[in-house]
Amino acid sequence: MITLNVNGRSQEIDADPEMPLLWALRDLLKLTGTKYGCGVAACGACTVHIDGQPIRSCQTPVSAAVGAKITTIEGLSTKGEHAVQRAWVELDVVQCGYCQSGQIMSAAALIASNPNPSDADIDAAMDGNICRCGTYPRIRAAVKRAAEIKRNGGAA
Amino acid sequence: MSTNRRHFLIGVGVVAAGTAVGVYVVPRLLGKHEAPFEFKPHSFVRIGTDGSFTVVLAKAEMGQGVYTGLPMILAEELDVNPQRFDIEFAPVDPAFFHPFLKMQFTGGSMSTISMYDQLRLVGATARNMLITAAAAQWKVAASSLRTEDGVVIDAKSGRRATYASLAEAAAKIPVPAKESVALKDRKDFKYIGAKHPRLDSHLKVTGKAVFGSDVNPPEMLKAVIARPPSFGATVKSFDATRTRAVKGVIDVKQVPSGVAVIAEHTWAALKGREVLQVEWDESAGRDVSTESLRTQWRALAAKPGKVGKNDGNVDTALGKAAKRIDVEYEVPYLAHACMEPMNAAALVKDGQCTLWVGTQNQSQDVNMVAAALGIKPENVTLHTQFLGGGFGRRASTTSDFTLEAAQVANGVGRPVHVVWTREDDMRGGYYRPYSVSRVRAGISADGKGIAYHQTVVGKSILKNSVIGKPILDKLGFDPSSIEGAANMLYGFPNLRVDVHDTDETVPILWWRSVGNSIHGFVVNGVIDELATLAGRDAYDFRRELLAAHPRALAVLDAAATDAGWGKPLPAGHHHGIALHESFGSIVAQVAEVSVVNKTVRVHRVTCAVDCGLAVNPDQVVAQIQSAVIYGLSAALSGEITIAKGGAVQSNFTDYPVLRLSETPQIDVRIVDSGGPLGGIGEPGTPPIAPAVCAAIYAATGQRIRKLPISTALT
Ligand code: FES
Ligand code: FES
Repeated sequence: MITLNVNGRSQEIDADPEMPLLWALRDLLKLTGTKYGCGVAACGACTVHIDGQPIRSCQTPVSAAVGAKITTIEGLSTKGEHAVQRAWVELDVVQCGYCQSGQIMSAAALIASNPNPSDADIDAAMDGNICRCGTYPRIRAAVKRAAEIKRNGGAA
Repeated sequence: MSTNRRHFLIGVGVVAAGTAVGVYVVPRLLGKHEAPFEFKPHSFVRIGTDGSFTVVLAKAEMGQGVYTGLPMILAEELDVNPQRFDIEFAPVDPAFFHPFLKMQFTGGSMSTISMYDQLRLVGATARNMLITAAAAQWKVAASSLRTEDGVVIDAKSGRRATYASLAEAAAKIPVPAKESVALKDRKDFKYIGAKHPRLDSHLKVTGKAVFGSDVNPPEMLKAVIARPPSFGATVKSFDATRTRAVKGVIDVKQVPSGVAVIAEHTWAALKGREVLQVEWDESAGRDVSTESLRTQWRALAAKPGKVGKNDGNVDTALGKAAKRIDVEYEVPYLAHACMEPMNAAALVKDGQCTLWVGTQNQSQDVNMVAAALGIKPENVTLHTQFLGGGFGRRASTTSDFTLEAAQVANGVGRPVHVVWTREDDMRGGYYRPYSVSRVRAGISADGKGIAYHQTVVGKSILKNSVIGKPILDKLGFDPSSIEGAANMLYGFPNLRVDVHDTDETVPILWWRSVGNSIHGFVVNGVIDELATLAGRDAYDFRRELLAAHPRALAVLDAAATDAGWGKPLPAGHHHGIALHESFGSIVAQVAEVSVVNKTVRVHRVTCAVDCGLAVNPDQVVAQIQSAVIYGLSAALSGEITIAKGGAVQSNFTDYPVLRLSETPQIDVRIVDSGGPLGGIGEPGTPPIAPAVCAAIYAATGQRIRKLPISTALT
């Protein structure tokens, strides 16, 4: 048995230590907000936070997450009130939505460490997240808006 | 539906204690769109006594926004803010069939066009009946009452009644004749035509939206399939000894698409597949390669094909032309690369099959699964989920990914979710067709385009599809193979388009804008070549050829004006322009591009679109931006190459797609000329490749006649 701390809860799973965290989250813990897109750290759909850092869960074995605080989209906020989620709704970013959990987790990590990201900062932080629906123009605007909400004291 | 709510179908139907029983009335309102049955326990809208409004969505939501746009149309006439709606995906049922395809299907940019009248009538009829109920209660004339966001109001007496309070009485009122139901005047629209927030945003920013990938019926297993290395290959034999030893693997079985490894979870299935030994018979397609096809097709393109369009006399006109070109254009196979790879879950038990899948093609999926399992379609239940992208891939002509899930699950007795890895998805075929064209075109001595003859070589999509086969049988060719060329808006007095159908093993499919993705590029490329040949400006040259189409001219002018066509640009930046009509909408784009050390950078794309009335203008903008980015990914670097009968590319590492840092500024102007409704999911894709290539020509003098640009630019 392996113990993981996911969204503030300690959870026991029966998994091979090399099982990617992505499948442990999705198949064993039924936290399906985190998505599979490529399996090779090339698309960002599987992004979650480990101790606040954005990581690709498809390339992270569960053994590497033991003892760390894992946050998934389900744990980012209780009702979608995180600054990034609010900005995303305000600007109507989503289309199919499949990439958006990963986009939001990357953006949340960015604004947590950078209160006023420039275009270049956004490029660097978000380039690993593919969106096949092409929501990029709105993602760029929404990251800035999220940073602004956070600077103005909104939840983050 | 929760059991403590009471819902009322609008009509004579009653929903009591959570079980709907009643006459399904909506189809009866629809005249020629009438569905051939009654007595169905559901409707497009249910109004609950608890103040709930449930709208049933007949279309698949794959990002294009029907989850918001279609309810807005109903809301307009019902007079309820769509924000108050709960949306449900429709079951597969003739009530929700596409009005003229007679099947449940989402595609062809037709959702809004095909449902606009229908949903207005449903909303207006429901409102009419609620007003009638209030009038009866208050003993006043219905004509003296008005409504406001779910409330019937008697202005004279100040009485108000919510729809919820009237629902039960309204449900007992006979459905008024279609003719007696007044629709709103467009100038009174509150929701249609104004920006409305997406109704699926909250679900999608919280990770709560359930995609096909996320379904979780009790006891579900996961499976992956060892798929053939080349198209058309079949399993000769397999050895699953090592696979069966992998912890979590439950079973290994052969299915028509390969060898399935069924396991407790995805990781075990993947581990099991890694050690599976399969011997394949590759005789069917091992010799096929892009290279070999190219050689054959170039030779074919030199010969006349089946004529799909023949106006005037191109041969005579070309003979008389002052100047002419004779050029070859080529576009590659393309993967849709939906963000969510293909997948479907199925439970086959007791002569019944339940499917959970994100599909664009519900009716056909049900029919094909029923046929494969030897059961009746009414014993197949399909639950449509959110689609993580569709772009045509999830409207499979063979129902491939849904069908194989049923085949894998058959005999297991538990639900099995067949998931595709990105590699499975990208190497699995169903590509945008590879297409080679030869074009001969000419101008007159005074520099006017007078003749255009295009011979197209490529495989028909329709010949392998249920909905397309009758069309092909009737015409003798596949109109989608030449769409965008044969029906181009540019007015060449002499126009011929002919086509050679091919039969390679590579499965092909509609890909966002279908034939238009090919011929928008070819036609606009040739127009630019002719403008250069005539020594004329590409925008002016187009204006002349579009003289008969005022809507197109307005769109072209809008894009050119907004982009500052002809005005100075930053050093090293160049403009290219293109216009294309597809799915009833016209889109023009001006691309601003620089090329430095063979690196193409698209800085800005200025778009104008006429799609008739834009139901949700903000989502029209989103769809055009989306279509530009999708088309730009393909134009810059999208290519599936076939070698040894299979796809070379396998993941985003070798099939690069546009990323945020490469995304240009994309401005969109909606030009509404008052024309009929057009589609919006696809028409933004065709113009981007030719607009960018025209700009590259301006920058480098190199004409790009073969996509992607990354392999063509020298
Ligand atoms: S699934 Fe992990 S980066 Fe794509
Ligand atoms: S919203 Fe569809 S992939 Fe990003």
